[in-house]
Amino acid sequence: MMNTHPQCHAHLPGATMLELNGLSLAYGRQPVVNRLSFRLKQGDIGCLLGPSGCGKTTVLRAIAGFEPVAAGEILIDGNPVAGPGFSLPPENRRVGMVFQDYALFPHLSVARNVGFGLKGWTVPEQAERVRQLLEMVGLPDTGQKYPHELSGGQQQRVALARALAPCPSLLLLDEPFSSLDVALRERLGQEVREILKAQNITALLVTHDQYEAFAIADEIGVMQGGELRQWDSAYNLYHRPANRFVADFIGEGVLLPGTVLSAGGVETELGVLAGGIPEACRAGSVVDVLLRPDDIVHDDASLLRARVAHKAFRGADILYTLQLPSGAKAFSLVPSHHDHAIGEPIGICLSANHVVTFPR
Amino acid sequence: MDATERAARPPRTGIFTGWRLAAFGIALLTVVPLAVVLSAFFSPEREVWQHLADNVLPGLLANTFRLTLGVGMGVTLLGVSLAWLTAACDFPGRKFFSWALLLPLAVPAYVTAFVFVAWFDFTGPVQTWLRAAFGSSGWFPGIRSGGGAALVMTLALYPYVYLLARNAFLTQGRRALEAAQSLGHSRSEGFFRVALPMARPWIAGGLMLALMETLADFGTVAVFNYDTFTTAIYKTWFGLFSLTGASQLASILVLLVFGLILLEQLTRSRMRYTQAGRHSQAERIRLAGARGWAAAAFASAVFLAAFALPVAQLAAWTAQVAVRDLDERYLGFLGHSLSLGGIAAALTLAAALVLAYAQRRHNDPATRIMVRVATLGYAVPGPVLAVGIVIPLAYLDNQLAAAGKLLFGQNPGLLLQGTLLVMLPAYLTRFLAVGFNPVESSMQRITRSLDEAARTFGVTGVAMLRRVHLPMLRGGLFSAAALVFVDVMKEMPITLMTRPFGWDTLAVRIFEMTSEGEWERAALPSIALVAAGLLPIALLLRHTEK
Repeated sequence: MMNTHPQCHAHLPGATMLELNGLSLAYGRQPVVNRLSFRLKQGDIGCLLGPSGCGKTTVLRAIAGFEPVAAGEILIDGNPVAGPGFSLPPENRRVGMVFQDYALFPHLSVARNVGFGLKGWTVPEQAERVRQLLEMVGLPDTGQKYPHELSGGQQQRVALARALAPCPSLLLLDEPFSSLDVALRERLGQEVREILKAQNITALLVTHDQYEAFAIADEIGVMQGGELRQWDSAYNLYHRPANRFVADFIGEGVLLPGTVLSAGGVETELGVLAGGIPEACRAGSVVDVLLRPDDIVHDDASLLRARVAHKAFRGADILYTLQLPSGAKAFSLVPSHHDHAIGEPIGICLSANHVVTFPR
Repeated sequence: MDATERAARPPRTGIFTGWRLAAFGIALLTVVPLAVVLSAFFSPEREVWQHLADNVLPGLLANTFRLTLGVGMGVTLLGVSLAWLTAACDFPGRKFFSWALLLPLAVPAYVTAFVFVAWFDFTGPVQTWLRAAFGSSGWFPGIRSGGGAALVMTLALYPYVYLLARNAFLTQGRRALEAAQSLGHSRSEGFFRVALPMARPWIAGGLMLALMETLADFGTVAVFNYDTFTTAIYKTWFGLFSLTGASQLASILVLLVFGLILLEQLTRSRMRYTQAGRHSQAERIRLAGARGWAAAAFASAVFLAAFALPVAQLAAWTAQVAVRDLDERYLGFLGHSLSLGGIAAALTLAAALVLAYAQRRHNDPATRIMVRVATLGYAVPGPVLAVGIVIPLAYLDNQLAAAGKLLFGQNPGLLLQGTLLVMLPAYLTRFLAVGFNPVESSMQRITRSLDEAARTFGVTGVAMLRRVHLPMLRGGLFSAAALVFVDVMKEMPITLMTRPFGWDTLAVRIFEMTSEGEWERAALPSIALVAAGLLPIALLLRHTEK
């Protein structure tokens, strides 16, 4: 949607819209976030993912200007907005925010909520912009209603429209789908991504739900204890986790002990896995090998057998928890017509085209 | 409860209809005095009416209008600004002020009033000092004026607005303000465009309470010699001995009050929707340096003027007169106040329980209306209730007298007037809402499934009452008793107009002493009332502060 208002100028493609350099945050003397650095390019959707209390929301609020910065700096659209001892007030940062509880103004109609941030726009400009945005989020006829008359999903969309109305340089979303039920969450997540992509909006999302992060974001930063553990694509987080925390937090899987072979590759009790082994691991050293449920496939012909310890029916697939001969546990994702009883030994084999190992 | 659920339950019979009947009786206690008073409006006696309309009414209406306008503006300004400072900002002493600013609720307005008159009147220390310093104090505004009364009542009543507005600011959280900031509005713009409009129903609610107190006030305006309807009713009744005239004045006051009640209902219905998101604890707006100290100075000034200095003055005066006045008569005043408070609290609790159980058993419109009507008395000024109850009882007395003459050949005298039978129903009506609200809110926590759970263990009837209901109601009952007890002790016009001979209370003593300008001697009973008034505030603070 093009808008001719001077506030809605286009940004250079490929420009860095958000940059965090060694950002540290603290509540009083209690450090909350430690030396965080990453950048987002124009039109990219980033996500900070982590368990509750990891500091992700604090980072978001610091970018918006609601938390002071202890060290490091924040740049928005190339301009420093916060550093130690200096902070641009939130209202001057040109950052839109969708709050976890939406924070719609209950005393204002939907149209006036959406138009709330249109400072310096003429009345006809405002009306046109509000109309555009309500249409964009699929609520063209709700302008005269009040927030309490809308469903949760509709309120969410109004909050998005309100945040986008003044053409912010950057959109921040704080757990935007957490108060919706699961089915709606997925649908709205996709819708929001489509809207942001269509408008070429740079956005940063915060969530504890990895599937939400996978569905919406281009790049995801996994946070733990106030530190960024890995900043990468969803594919890489799952298949090439940089450390044990990310391997454990993203997806399901187990770590099996293995021995590094001199020819390259690593030997586990399920067989030999080929692939790049970190240089630090000399031949003969013992490492932990990450095995995802899709790395172990069910094969009745296989000589390698494991007993079913637990099963979870997931519709198309069954997730089996297997007990290996050594006593170790492993997961296997199997098409659900292969229905085996608990206690039954089934044939399995390895089907991994890469190997992820962590030194012990 | 939806219709299917109601249909599924067996029809109620027997004792359950009794609850509704009892609730109806309690509602009648409010309806009868109001009906009696209003009938005076709709069937006026020509001569009395003409006299009132020519000589009294215009002045009363003007005075009442000026006073409510002044108090309304004053309590809104003080209440909202202090609520915002303590709820959303941070400044030196904020924690102390957030509860201390409620303390003026403990001081009856008529007590603050006589302290202020003593200070600022022509012979008071302020004007005396001014004359000594500048030779004249003629330019000093007279304290015995509408302005003086409005000032004192503002200081006494702003806590209503403060309490409700503060609650609104605290529960609306900082999210809404942050949203406004992220949309390009500064914090001060956010206050006026978001926080204030969102708190409007609460502010209006507090304002309505303050204005109802203003219309009902008797003692303060009496101290200031500033005639409003309440004092005019008193003077017409006890000065001109015209109960008819008093009831006609009362009817006009009732109409004014009804206007306020309508306004209040309107604001209440809006409150439900005006809450953004969940409760969120966010950081406060730090008022640094001079701005912080200015905020502290403002809060201190209000606290000193409305509470600390008047109470200190009372203590100083008490010390002067205690040797002379702290005698058996004083103990008599105290005893009457305490026993009236106790009896009224017990009656009110019983009535509140009946209403609460009636509402629990019968969730139908008829019962709800009866409960609403029964608790309407909080808005009806004491003099109106006094007139509305005395008139029918006087009629009954006359009938009894006639019957006595007929049956026994002699006049039995006044059997009902001048007994507690006039006073207690008036107290009950006036303070039933005060007692009902805490009882009802603890009753609402006893859900139907709790009853059913108890029944599955075989706990029913009296056992259920003892083991489930009473323990859960105890907190509400205690709050209700404390609130009513203290309110009755502070009550002035009903006590003054309907007390049986010899039943002088602390409040009556204060009225008599202030009528004669004996401020020091009014201080001793006042101190006792302030001490009692601290009790419900302690309760309030326990529930609101974390």
